[in-house]
Amino acid sequence: MKTSVEPISLKPAETPDFLQTKKIMKPILEVNNLTMDFGGLRAIDNLNITINEGEIAALIGPNGAGKTTFFNCITGIYKPTRGDIFISPKGGKKERINGLKPNVVTRKGLSRTFQNIRLFSSMTVLENVMVGCHPVTKVGIAGAIFRNPAALKEEKHIVDKSYTILQKMGLEKFVNELAINLPYGAQRLLEIARAMATDPFLLLLDEPAAGMNPRETKRLDDLILKIREEENISILLIEHDMKLVMSLSENIHVVDYGKKIGEGTPEEIRNNPVVIKAYLGEEIDA
Amino acid sequence: MTVLDEIKKSVFASVWFMFLTFPIMVIKVNTVTKVINWRWMNMAYVGIGAFIFSALWRYAIRKKEMGASKEKKEGLSFIQKILQVRQFSIPALAVLAVFTLLFPHVFSMYQTNIMISALVYVMLGLGLNIVIGLAGLLDLGYVAFFAVGAYAYALLNLHFGLGFWIVLPLGGILSAIFGIILGYPVLRLRGDYLAIVTLGFGEIIRLVLENWNEFSYGPSGIANIPKPALFGLDLSLSAKTVYLYYIIVALVIFTIFVINRLTDSRIGRAWIALKDDEIACQAMGIDKAKTKLRAFALGATWAGMGGVVFAAKTAFVNPASFTIWESVIILCTVVLGGMGSIVGVISGALLLILLPEYLRDFGQFRMITFGAVLVLMMVFRPGGMIENVRRAYKFETGGDA
Repeated sequence: MKTSVEPISLKPAETPDFLQTKKIMKPILEVNNLTMDFGGLRAIDNLNITINEGEIAALIGPNGAGKTTFFNCITGIYKPTRGDIFISPKGGKKERINGLKPNVVTRKGLSRTFQNIRLFSSMTVLENVMVGCHPVTKVGIAGAIFRNPAALKEEKHIVDKSYTILQKMGLEKFVNELAINLPYGAQRLLEIARAMATDPFLLLLDEPAAGMNPRETKRLDDLILKIREEENISILLIEHDMKLVMSLSENIHVVDYGKKIGEGTPEEIRNNPVVIKAYLGEEIDA
Repeated sequence: MTVLDEIKKSVFASVWFMFLTFPIMVIKVNTVTKVINWRWMNMAYVGIGAFIFSALWRYAIRKKEMGASKEKKEGLSFIQKILQVRQFSIPALAVLAVFTLLFPHVFSMYQTNIMISALVYVMLGLGLNIVIGLAGLLDLGYVAFFAVGAYAYALLNLHFGLGFWIVLPLGGILSAIFGIILGYPVLRLRGDYLAIVTLGFGEIIRLVLENWNEFSYGPSGIANIPKPALFGLDLSLSAKTVYLYYIIVALVIFTIFVINRLTDSRIGRAWIALKDDEIACQAMGIDKAKTKLRAFALGATWAGMGGVVFAAKTAFVNPASFTIWESVIILCTVVLGGMGSIVGVISGALLLILLPEYLRDFGQFRMITFGAVLVLMMVFRPGGMIENVRRAYKFETGGDA
């Protein structure tokens, strides 16, 4: 009988899950030849980075390598000197976002956190997240004053949405606390929660684990995975905690002096001689 | 040990003051008899006075530092409790309402007039509170919008005979437009720079009013501005004042209502986000320019309406009523009362306007007290008399809200 012979599958079953999906993945952020000059200083030099849908990617490099500058360029805080930044969100068209204002970039679905925590310190934790809902709501002055049904409904919606996000981040016990009174680790999580409220398709995390103890870092690790699985948000993170980077990311981009010096899976990066040189300095052979 | 240190420092301060004031307090040259009077007693007074002040100051600072950690745990202060606990707030509101309603009938017309101007300042304070307390834009030219409102009523009434009720919204809208005109060029500025530009704007408006004789009748101003009439009835002057009093009370309540709702809305949160962190605010998708312009326009609206009431109350406007000093007073009401806090700003305005009126005998000490009180406030209660407390939301614990 023919049934005894297994038909040759076009889809190799042995391929690990993430590699298999990688092939059909489409890029959601493409940065081509990005250059950023500050006067005579070239902070970013011809950087090419592509982030795929559903990916957790990391951007690493020594201090002053231009990682945060890169974030500032894509989120519109800086206007890049040269190069192109394209986004292609789910179901959306490919779009060039160079030189757009930060608030417009956020509305397009790129949301970020900051290296030095930038929370709204005089507002409560919940309100911080509610501010994050700003781009996805549209009540105007009249609606705010007269509280018509549409405005009330929207307000209730964002309160519920914000609370749900806080629950996911495990911050619900701080709901009515002022953001400034939160412990450091919780403030970092709140920044992520706030960024998630803007409904991004790509979350840019700038050193989310900075200042966290190992237990908090472990929790962050789980949370980032959870965000990717449940919310279907891709993540690009800048991080110095190599344990976190290696365990989380599928693709690592290494920059030094604004140039890309390596890209690959954690395993490849770990064995990349150029990367090792950048991090540890040159080995002197006897 | 530390107490001894503090005393030592106080002694040092007193010696320093004795030295500083030596030439003016101790030496007195009588130019006629060519004799020098050595008034050593004055030196002793200065020394003792400086020592006591310094010691008191140090004591208060120490107490504040010790109390700072305690107060956090205690939670709400006494005033906040009254405001937030229903049991207290409803009777307090009822008493306040009865007092407000009966005020013009119990007290004289002079008192009512003072109250009207105090309430105008409450309105101004609440308007400026949007700009400074919520959006964090230091506006030192706020009085310009007040002037726009007042002159709008004076001029529109003079040329076109428009009545109070028509000009009231018009004055508000006109001021809002001026707010946007001011706001547009200063979108990029913040902090001190913004303060300087707005200060200039306030002066420009005043100088234009003062010098453009054909338009505003210059320094001599415009007189005979009518008070609002009640359904065409011919009221006596005192009845008109009482009527105006109720109008301004209603306007203040309206202002409180609107600002309260705005504070607790998407727009209010955007303002506070802008004040707390401009970069993060933009990263949350908030349009900085739009938010700032909204704050300037909405803040100016109340000043414009307050200006219309002011013109109706005094029946006369001239540029001298709109000096930089008025801006400073309004700013003080906001800072003293508590930035962002509605109750704080109201009590700040009432205190700052009513106290000097009732303490006219001490008029010459007005400025010095003003300054001293502000400095003390900044040191001991930087949040103002009644600090702003953010709204608390309730959720069922455990359930999926």
